Formats: sequence, structure tokens, C-alpha cells
Amino acid sequence: MSVTKPLPHDAAALHVTGQARYIDDIPAPAGALHLAFGLSSVAHGEITGLDLSAVRAAPGVVMVLSAADFESMPDCSPSAADEPLLAVGTVHYVGQPVFLVVAESHLAARKAARLGKVSYRELPAILTVDEAMAAGSRFEGGPVIWARGDAAQAIAAAPQVVEGSFEIGGQEHFYLEGQAALVLPQEGGDMLVHSSTQHPTEIQHKVAHALHLPMSAVRVEVRRMGGGFGGKESQGNALAIACAWVARATGKPCKMRYDRDDDMVITGKRHDFRIGYRAGVDAEGRVLGIEFLQLARCGWSMDLSLPVCDRAMLHADNAYWLPNIRIESHRLKTNTTSATAYRGFGGPQGMIGIERVMDHIAHAVGHDALAVRRVNFYADCRLDAPGVSPPDPQSISARKKGGAGQSTPYHQPIEDFILNGMVARLEASSGYQARRAAIAEWNASSPVLKRGIALTPVKFGISFTLTHLNQAGALVHVYQDGSIAMNHGGTEMGQGLFRKVAQVAAAAFGVDASVVKITATDTAKVPNTSATAASSGSDLNGMAVKAACDTIRARLAAFLAERHQVSPAEVFFEEGRVFVGGADYSFTEVAAMAYQNRVSLSATGFYKTPKIVWDRVKGAGRPFYYFAYGAAVTEVVIDTLTGENRILRTDILHDAGASLNPALDRGQVEGGYVQGAGWLTTEELVWDGKGRLRTHAPSTYKIPACSDRPRVFTVDLWDGRNVEETIYRSKAVGEPPFMLGISAFFALSDAVAACGDGSVYSALDAPATAERVLAAVRRVQGDV
Amino acid sequence: MAEIAFLLNGTPVRLREALPTRTLLDWLREERGLTGTKEGCNEGDCGACTVMVTDAEGVRALNACILFLPQLHGRAVRTVEGIAGPDGALHPVQQAMVDHHGSQCGFCTPGFVVSMAVGHLNGRRDHDDVLAGNLCRCTGYAPIIRAAEAAAEAPVPEWMEADRRALAKFLLAEISSGDRGQTAPGAFRPTTSDDLADWYVQNPTATLIAGATDVGLWVTKELRSLAPVAFLNGIADLKHIERRGEVVAIGAGVTIEALRVAMAGMHSDFAELLRRYASVQVRNAATIGGNIANGSPIGDAPPALIALGATLHLRRGDAMRSLPLEDFFLDYRKQDRQPGEFVAAVTIPDAAPALRCYKLSKRFDQDISAVCGCFNVTIADGVVTAARIAFGGMAGIPKRAAAVEAALVGKAWTLATVNAALPAFAQDFAPMTDMRASADYRARTAANMLLRYFHDLAGAPVRVLPVDAIEVQP
Repeated sequence: MSVTKPLPHDAAALHVTGQARYIDDIPAPAGALHLAFGLSSVAHGEITGLDLSAVRAAPGVVMVLSAADFESMPDCSPSAADEPLLAVGTVHYVGQPVFLVVAESHLAARKAARLGKVSYRELPAILTVDEAMAAGSRFEGGPVIWARGDAAQAIAAAPQVVEGSFEIGGQEHFYLEGQAALVLPQEGGDMLVHSSTQHPTEIQHKVAHALHLPMSAVRVEVRRMGGGFGGKESQGNALAIACAWVARATGKPCKMRYDRDDDMVITGKRHDFRIGYRAGVDAEGRVLGIEFLQLARCGWSMDLSLPVCDRAMLHADNAYWLPNIRIESHRLKTNTTSATAYRGFGGPQGMIGIERVMDHIAHAVGHDALAVRRVNFYADCRLDAPGVSPPDPQSISARKKGGAGQSTPYHQPIEDFILNGMVARLEASSGYQARRAAIAEWNASSPVLKRGIALTPVKFGISFTLTHLNQAGALVHVYQDGSIAMNHGGTEMGQGLFRKVAQVAAAAFGVDASVVKITATDTAKVPNTSATAASSGSDLNGMAVKAACDTIRARLAAFLAERHQVSPAEVFFEEGRVFVGGADYSFTEVAAMAYQNRVSLSATGFYKTPKIVWDRVKGAGRPFYYFAYGAAVTEVVIDTLTGENRILRTDILHDAGASLNPALDRGQVEGGYVQGAGWLTTEELVWDGKGRLRTHAPSTYKIPACSDRPRVFTVDLWDGRNVEETIYRSKAVGEPPFMLGISAFFALSDAVAACGDGSVYSALDAPATAERVLAAVRRVQGDV
Repeated sequence: MAEIAFLLNGTPVRLREALPTRTLLDWLREERGLTGTKEGCNEGDCGACTVMVTDAEGVRALNACILFLPQLHGRAVRTVEGIAGPDGALHPVQQAMVDHHGSQCGFCTPGFVVSMAVGHLNGRRDHDDVLAGNLCRCTGYAPIIRAAEAAAEAPVPEWMEADRRALAKFLLAEISSGDRGQTAPGAFRPTTSDDLADWYVQNPTATLIAGATDVGLWVTKELRSLAPVAFLNGIADLKHIERRGEVVAIGAGVTIEALRVAMAGMHSDFAELLRRYASVQVRNAATIGGNIANGSPIGDAPPALIALGATLHLRRGDAMRSLPLEDFFLDYRKQDRQPGEFVAAVTIPDAAPALRCYKLSKRFDQDISAVCGCFNVTIADGVVTAARIAFGGMAGIPKRAAAVEAALVGKAWTLATVNAALPAFAQDFAPMTDMRASADYRARTAANMLLRYFHDLAGAPVRVLPVDAIEVQP
């Protein structure tokens, strides 16, 4: 069967030969126009003058638009109608589009965009979380607070209290292909949009809205993206809308792509957070009560910040039973680029918050951090009965008086927890304990360099927390020659979704995966799609494709069963053949016969995730269908004179359920880990006091390079199945491995701890650049 | 007016009307429809636009986004579209990338494939360095390295040798040996330094372009129009590295990569600093003369050269003059260079066993220094007899730590002497805060580098890069 096979990415051969087409590679028709934005240079200000005469006079310029040219300004927001395509009256961040240049070439448009003269009356800008808190500048009125038990009372009664505050930097997506759109005007005012987007339906919706067209008049096609990571969930809207608007005004095809620096300045990034914490613990480091204060810098518009911040709250427990907990979340509105979706969608920030607490507790009680994590783990669930997974009562009663059922702080029952077993296996396979001892010995004789090691777990909730998004559609055609064309609402951004889903389709018909034609995501084929996000791509679209295939297969089986006078259950599709009542046909023959006998060979499929219910106001329910798990051990070395640091070795055990494609899943794990480690080490976003991003190119913003990967890098997939009835019992794998990178951060914290006498906690902030590591070294050495 | 002539994927191309600062990347994509070469950053930092360039000096990977068309004159360019065989057979690195799942989104992949194919052709096995200039955001690099290792043993496909053979014929047939002069209005392509000297005196406001690794960004990012310009990469007599007794003379046109190779057996720490100067693609283009003349306050080679006691040789017309390199840097972006005068060479001693070079940056590879400290202390009978200590990133120019040197010279080389010298750093430097590091971090680590130097000369492990994970495996 094609599922579970480690087949290569569907476009691998096109990638390596340069034939794979991205938006800017699509040959633009003659006369195509190119667009560029003129950007705001101040963080907050009233536009008092706009002199675009030099822009209009620049070579190759066809048209220049500003707010005055629009009767109603198109909106680009995915949530709150608060993102005008071009600034109207006021600018809210450095880099906000103020005017739009239309020119005969990309370069001409870029050059002309520099010539605009905008004058401002500068207004006070809110740039930091402190300024936003002081000004009460936030989305949603006040903070969102979710609680269970009585955290304050539990902390007050606890033998020891651990408290602190933790800065967590944001992250630039740095998809290698920048944002891009190409719009081709069609007859009757219709629009065909090629967009590098994770969310074709959103592009369709926003373009239709901007042009006052029905959605049916706008078709969006996405063959692939050159990386997305959440950065193309909403951030492509402006380009598509701008192109469509100008395409209608001029009747010409329009293309827009951001130069890298513009891309980094204009578009949103991962939210930076400050997390304050106060935990009451016992002598073993068990958390008896805990309070979190999550401050998220959301930027100037709402975008996806509310669900991002919700998910940060939903991952404040990570893998730990927290009986008394209070989480207060402030979604702060600032005059900076609007932070957006990024792999993990707030989950990583929430998760590293509790991992920081575990690290701090370990220091406070003087135990190994892994031991502290363990005493706080949820109990493993018995998974021997498929689909039924009550917590193991013995395990629970051993650790929790009364053996009460375990649940997350938001009251979702824990039914599939496996981290105790996974961590035990990883601890053994990585040689964690022996290496920890060897590292201590090495450190004792190394005055300048110190090593550190940490094991951190991941429990990540799978489903969109906005419940209605958990649906997907598919369209499958079998042609009379037996070839199969498959389409679904998911988009391909490198994760291998198309290959996985094609494997599902091939399995349904018992044919080789090569028989299944993978086609571009197209809103005209499958409507009303959700973003390819929240790791949901293969879960949702795999099921929808399977439903469509099953429909066609049932028709074929019924047709053959009748012809051979057997039951449809006795028709088998295997290895390109169809077996029925002693006869067998090639799949091609069956397709031809079915066509000739007027059997429909096309079907749609639909899927909606079961079991989920969620009340985000109360913070209670079952937002997640299931959890994906993983654990990583990272070893690092630091230089105590400079703070320079390096990852030496990483061992990972990750849970992809019954993997649909172990090769692609392994790729997600390796890539996610390195991206996560990058977030927490070298990737530093620096804004100056005027709100200008100073790290807006790869020369200054440093994602991991080749030599930054762990030189020893062992990745194993856990061999369990999903207890829930997902597609072939697999688990989502897009986001969860990103958070394995957290182990690198706490290995650095461990190495820093080795520099002092143990009296002062390292309190390392993220990203742990060499400068922050050196500051932490000095802290533990009492040299502050 | 001479044309620009080069081979593109084996086919001769002649351009007469090209704008001198048209980049190869834009030309490939917009005029030739060769869209396999990608624009990732348009500043030479991501490698998505990597192409293979062959000339008399060898086969190299270069970034097409900051490579101007006149720089290609007389060379052969191979893009990702030319890496597979004429019959479509995949190159071994392409096949390995498929087999080892080395591509995910695929956008960086063509650049990786070209870098890998060049490394494969040149027999390189240090894949981390070969690929240091190619960024991938999806894979975490592990499968790409597995692919590079898997392909390493495969023979070089016959078609990959074609450029070297064709180039010899092409050069004879298509390009007159005395070719010189303008390639386009306002652009000059001298083939000797004499020609350059004459022309530059006449055109003292011209922009000289050697590797274009910085000037390229003036065009692609600052969107400047440059004219007149001279392209120096055809000047053979500036590309020599010559040993003259105990002195080594390095021509201004020597690339950072060629210099790295030359320094490996002579000044190994300098060679490692040059490796970390930038990625292979940038080192293959950038020149030592450009690095010095550019006058960057950071520019990693000058601190090392100053620590080595380098002498700079400048030329204007027929007049040559020499000065200690540290005297060339006057102030931020201001050098002791007259209009029409250019950097011709730099000379250094051939031995400096105590030279150590330390570079601090956010990322080890393809990053700009926050602090670059180079130390060259002479110790005789336990006493410091001479000290040359120079820093980049600590002032508006690459600068010697004169007060620190003074605090060391004549003293016993002991930890006590070193500690006593540390306060002198505050006399020498008042660094600034920027996106790379704070002033405090710069000041502190500069001083700590002297401590590191002390431990380093004593033989203690002081650098994280050579540390091996295997050492502590139980």
C-alpha cells in the first residue's frame, strides 16, 4: 500500500532541475505591469502631505495610487477589517504601505517608490510591551484570563516559591520565496489570481471584497510556495488585492513581489512575548500552583493575534499536570508590524514559558531538570485498546492523591499521553544520564568552555481552535484511461502534503502513487477551504480525499459486483489490479469499462474533525482532537569569555502516529528542530527607538546556516498509532517538531549554570545570542 | 566598443547593449526565461541564485544577484538548467538530493544543487563550507548534507567538464587576446593595471568594481545608478601572490578565497578568519583590494593584516606609494587615498607564529563581525618584546589597540600582566551599539579576547568551533 512508504517529495525532480515554478517564474503575459509599495518611514503619524510628482515622473511609471484615489479603501485584514491596503490619514508602523506604484518593470516600480515625499505630524508611538501596558493599548479590551483551581492559595501554601520573568524574541519567517502575486484579468471582470499563499480562499474572499465581486468571479490558484511557515496565511492579501485592483483599472496583468528587505519590514513575524511566572512547588519540584502573565506584542492590527495568544495559553501546561493555574494574557497593540501566524502559532511561546519554569524550579530545588520535568508529567495513558485510552489509574494514583482523572488547564481530558514512555526511551537511546555525568567531569577541567545538556518534551494540540475551520473538501477524477487527478483545499509549501495525500488516493484505488496526478490548489475546484495551517493539512485533506476516492471506489465496486454477481465487499483493489469473483482486471480496464457503462468517475469528498468543542471565553472544552508528542535531547558548548555557543549533538524521538510517509515526517522533524533552535539562538529581531526594524535582510538577521545544524543528529519516529481515527492513524507533524528546538535553549541554560556556584539562576532570555549567554554567565558568576 | 561575450550553459552569448550594472540574475530571469535561478535576497546572502562560473582560474560558485554582466566577459556560466545532462540525466548531486529528501519547498534547491555540483567538480568534501552560503529554511540541512556525502564518490559527469574545454576554444575564437576598453557607455574593462591607472586618473570619480560583493548592493538595494564604472576582474597582473624573501605580496585583485588557500599553510588563523569572512560564493568574488579600499570599520581582513604589520601599496597613474595599512584608515569611511589612486597590493611577513584571529558574530558562517580581534604578540624569554593588536567593529575604522599594546610591551607574559592591561581597552576604544551587539558587549569581549589569547597561546581549548560532540560520548 502506498501509505507509509518513504516516497520523495512530489516535485523533488522539478526542484533539483530548476523546473519547479513559483509565482515569479510564471511567464507574465506581454504588457504585464509591476507593482511596488511606498512605505511609511515613521512608526505613528498623521500624513500631512504627500508629494508623488517625482514618482509619477520616474521612468517606466504607469500609475501611482494613494488613499485619495480610492472611493473605499480595500481592506487586507483576515480578522478585523483594520488593515487598509494603503494608509488612510494615519500611519501605524514603519513600513506600512502609503502609496502604490505601477510600472513597466519590477525595478522601475521599486526605484520610483523611493521617490515619494511624505510629510508627517509624528504622534507618540507605542513600541514596547511596557509602553503598551502603561497606555492600556490592547486588543480585546482587557486581558484574557483562564484559571483552574486556586493558584494564589496553592502558591501561598507551597513550601517554596519560584518566580521570574522571561523575554522571548519574535521570529522572521524567512521563507526563501518572498511574498508574490500575479493577477490576470479575465473576461467580464473576473480575476484569476496566482498567489504564494497558504490560504487561497482568504485571497479569493479579500480580492472579491475589494473589487465588490462575488467570490465566484475570483479564482485563486496555488501550485506551490517557496516556504510559508505561517507567514503566508494572511500576509499575501495586500499583494493580491493591489494587483487585482490595478488589473481591473488597467485591464493588464499585474505582478507584485516584495524585495526581501521590504518583505521583512512590511510583513508580520512571530509574536515576541514576555512571560512572568510565579510557581509554588514542593521539595521534589512538583508544581502545586502557578500563575502566568503573558504579554504579547501584537503590532498595529489584529491579524491573527487573538487565536495566536489563545494557543499560547493553551500550551502553558505543555506536558505537565498543573492542578492550580491562572493564566493572564494581554494582547498588546503597538506601533510595529502586525505579528502574525508562525509555525506553532503561539504554542511555542506558551510552551517555553512552562519549560522555563521547570528549568528554574530545578535550580531552586537542586534537582536535575529532567527529574523535575518527570515529577510534573501527566501520567501516561493506556493505549492498548485502539480508540479507547483512559489514563492508567495506577500511574495516576501513584502520583496524585485520589487518582482523579487528569485534564489540561482548559479541562480537556488527557487521553493519549505517552511522554513518560517516550522520554524513558529517549533518555536511554541518547545516553542522557551518562553524558550528563561526563559533561560535569569535562566542565570541571575546562575553565573557558562549558558544556550543557537538556531534555525537553513537546505536547502540541492538533486542531484549529476556531472550530469551524476544521473542515476540508476534495475533488477526485478518474479518467477513462485509469489515470487519476486529485485536488483538495490544502496547499503545498514544502511540507510534502501533496505527496502524502496522493499516497492516500493511491491506496484507496490500490494503484501506484505515480498514477495520481497532483494538481494545483484551485478555489474553482474545491471551495471554502481553510488555511493550510495548524499542522492540519494531511489530517483534513487526507480524509477528504479518502472520502472522495471511497465514493468512486464504491461505485466501481458496485458496478463490478453486479457484473460478476458477487457482493461489493468481494471486490479488491490492489497493486494496480482489481480482483472480483475470480476475475481480475487492470485498473485501467476497470476505468474504461465503468466509463462505457456510464458510471460516474468523479466525486467530491468532505471531512470535518469530530469531537471538538471549545468555548474560548470560558477557556473550557475540547479544542483539540488529539495531541502530538515528541522529546529532544540537545548538548551544547559555550564560551564563557564571549558567550559564543554551538549545538553539538541532538537526539529526537517524535510521535507522528502511524506515519503516512516516514521520510517526509523525518524531514519535518529535522527542519522544525533547526528552525526552532534558530528562533532561540541566532535569530534576533532588533528594532531601534524609532520603531525601525534594523534586521531586515539576511545580512543582519541570521537564520541557521548549514554548519549550525547538530553535527550528530539522531531522529527516530515513535512507533505508536494515533488513538483517534485520523487518516490511517497518522498524526500531524508540521508544527510540533519546531518546539523540540526548546531543548537547545535549556541546554544553553544548563551550560551557563555550570559557570557559577549554583547560588544564582541563569535567567537566560531568548534568543540566546552570544551576548545574552555572556550576560547570563556573568549573572551566575555574580559579576553583574 | 567591445561586446560582452560569454558561454551560457555551453552556448556563446554576445551582448552589445547591456547596462553595465544589469545583474546576471535579472538578465537570466527576465530576458532569457531561465527562471531556475532564484532571487531569495538580492544581496548575496542566501545563495538561491548560485551559478557556476568557469574561467582560467577554475570553476567557482558565484551569486548571480550581485554579479554584473560585464564581469562575465570571457567566462562560462552554467545555471541549474545546465547541471543535468544534455539527455536530461540527473547529475549525481541532483539524484542524491531526490533520494535523500534534500528539497522541501524547493526554492533554495537550485542554488544548493549548483553549489554542490561545483563542490563535486572540485573534489571538495568539506560540505559545510561549500554550502555555507546557501540558506535553507525547511530541511535543517541534514538531508542536504546526506545527499552531498552520497554523491561525493560518484564520478564527475562528462558534461560538467564541457565548459573548461569549450572555454579554451571560445576564448581564442570569440575574444581577441588584446580585448580591452569599453563594454558599454561609461563602463571600462581594463586587462592590465597600467590601463586602469591611466583611465582612473582621467576618471577619478569612477566606481571601481572588483568582486561587486558590496557595490552590488549599491545597485540592488540602494538602487543607485553608477557611472562611470571600471570592472577590474580582467586585470591579471593584480591577481598574483608572490613571495619576496620573508615578505609576501598580495595583489589587490586576489580573491578572498584565493588568499585563504594561500594563507592556510602560512598564517592558519588568518586563513580560518578568511573562511569565516563570508560564504564560498562571496569569497570567490570579493577581493582583498576591494576589502581594504572599501574601508569598512569591520571588514575582517584589515585587523588581521594590521596585526601582521602589513604594508599597503597604492598607485596613481605611474606613481606608487606605500604606507602601513593602519595609516590608510583615517576615519569612518574615509581613507588616505587620493582621487584616481587605487589599491595595488598589500605585503605581509611570511611568518607570525603567535598570530591569532578571533571573530565574534551572531552566526559563525556568512556573517559580519560584531567584534574581530587579531593579536600578534612577540615574546622573548618570557617578556613581551612587541605587540600588534588590531580590532574591527570597535571603532569607525579597523584600529590598533595602542594603549593595550603599550601595557604589554616590556612586561612578563603572565596572566597578571594581561589582567593589568585590560583597563587599557577603555583608552583605545569606545565602541557603539547596533543590531549586531551592544557597546558593552563589544567592550567586554574585546578585553576578554586578550584573556582568550593568553589561554590560547598556553594551549588551552578556547574556541567552541573545534569542539567535537564525540569527545564525551560514554
